[in-house]
Amino acid sequence: MNTPASLRAVIVDDEELARQLLREYLWEVGGVEVVAECGDGFDAVKSIGELKPDLVLLDVQMPKLDGFEVLELIQPSIPSGSPPAVIFVTAYDQYAMRAFEANAVDYLLKPFRLDRFKQALERARVRIGAPKPASAGLTPADLAAAARPPGQAIERIVVRDGAKVHIIPIAKLDYVEAQDDYAALHSEQKSYLKQQTITSLETQLDPQRFVRIHRSYIVNLERIARIEPYAKDSRVAVLRDGTQLPVSRSGYARLKTLLGENV
Amino acid sequence: MHPLFRSRQWFAVYLVAWLAVLDVALAALLHLPGALDWRESFALAVPLCLFFAFVCLTPWYMCRQLPLWSAGIAEMLSYHLGASVLATALWVALARLVGSALALGSRLDPEVPYLVTVGLLVYLLSVALHYMALAAGESRQAALDAREAELRALKAQINPHFLFNCLNSITALTTSDPGKAREMCIRLADFLRSTLGLGERASVAWHEELDLAQAYLDVEQVRYGSRLQVEMSVDEACADCLVPPLVLQPLIENAVKHGIATLVDGGIIQVHSRVLDGLLEVSVENGFDPESPSSRRNGLGLRNVRTRLERRFGGSARLKAGARENRFRAEFTVPCRRTE
Repeated sequence: MNTPASLRAVIVDDEELARQLLREYLWEVGGVEVVAECGDGFDAVKSIGELKPDLVLLDVQMPKLDGFEVLELIQPSIPSGSPPAVIFVTAYDQYAMRAFEANAVDYLLKPFRLDRFKQALERARVRIGAPKPASAGLTPADLAAAARPPGQAIERIVVRDGAKVHIIPIAKLDYVEAQDDYAALHSEQKSYLKQQTITSLETQLDPQRFVRIHRSYIVNLERIARIEPYAKDSRVAVLRDGTQLPVSRSGYARLKTLLGENV
Repeated sequence: MHPLFRSRQWFAVYLVAWLAVLDVALAALLHLPGALDWRESFALAVPLCLFFAFVCLTPWYMCRQLPLWSAGIAEMLSYHLGASVLATALWVALARLVGSALALGSRLDPEVPYLVTVGLLVYLLSVALHYMALAAGESRQAALDAREAELRALKAQINPHFLFNCLNSITALTTSDPGKAREMCIRLADFLRSTLGLGERASVAWHEELDLAQAYLDVEQVRYGSRLQVEMSVDEACADCLVPPLVLQPLIENAVKHGIATLVDGGIIQVHSRVLDGLLEVSVENGFDPESPSSRRNGLGLRNVRTRLERRFGGSARLKAGARENRFRAEFTVPCRRTE
């Protein structure tokens, strides 16, 4: 079965029977080698990072991380590496739009026929043959942010650090600092680097709780102890832990509208 | 029995109204022709009012027998007019009796036309009031029935994703283990049948609720395999307590969906129920991953159960749910009633 055209695939689903069905369908179709099977989100991120498969069959609702968070975290850290083609496999139809916007190859609704599965695999082969999708240039996290329905703020941020995955609940996020195409997330005296632009992250956060105070900074409103003048026309925000962040003029205007005039 | 007899408070209010308001009015009326002085008017009015206070409750029975729109007009009129004539005749006879006791003699005669008129009118007025009360009660009952039907529709709702995932499991089993696929179909059918069946009823015995929960867990067991473990400890004494249908299953469903499903290695769902001091106590406890993306969506099912328990048992129903570290516990206490 291991012809040169053979695809290497990872199956991600927390139900053994669902994985078994995918295995069986893949065997029927042929030309695909299953290199790993994962039952939760962490395991999936780890296996995909290590094995670099061509194809990932991904469930949405799983322990640890959901399918979209996995999709966000499995992208190669080097820009030249090509991400795996992802086919979502789920019983929920409401995520289809989000899946395609996050650049998924296909979206299979459980239960599905072998024919439909073959069709999805064909699309995956085409995608793998043409490595750079139309959305080249955007990071996967940017895509995931764009795919999120507007007005629905995220509750947590996931960050990959090698094989490790960190989950930062929004309430524990102190501030975000832009570092080129990355965002440094500061939480509980630690810093996590995420491959996502600060502008894209800003759209995901609750605007009532987080403010872009500067081109390079987003701050959690609850962490601000006071605002102090710094030089002519500029100010600094002093956080409860003593950290000082620059506040731009437009950032100060935004703070004023949220906190009132007395800042 | 007349609804006024069921509440001591309202019955007292009713009697006071008769004695304080109508009694004075009647005494004033009797005083009007001038033959009786005030003392005699009141001495006559008090027993007459007490008697009519009870007589005016009797139309309730007849009004229920002769509903407003379904009974014929002639039939209704003849019954109610007949009854009013009878009631008035008794009233006048009582007046005569009291009159002779008070030695009023012929001084009572000018009062009789007044008594006849008032007796007929008050009796017929009470007939009208009873019809109004019955109509108001019916419309309130209709609103209650509509709400009940709505709740019933709500509680019989089966989570479609649960069904799709089951069908997917069956799809997987058809080639690998046809026997198990068949078993799963039967378990699913059992669960669906009992959900639909119980949902139609107003009350079910607690053991039926437990059976339904078990049928649900049997299906989920196939999907989750060894990840799903169940520990049931049920006191025999609660088997026949009556509860609204489908109050346990949503709690179990939450425990699976927001608990077991979030754990890589699964966990145990513990179901306890017992009767203590006439109260049925139920608890469902399970482990969950507080960091899981889907662990915080318990709202709807719980709210639904809470509403239905409160509707049935009023303030004596208690439902409490909450997480402590990585355990989630839902518990409720309701009076254990064994008859409707």
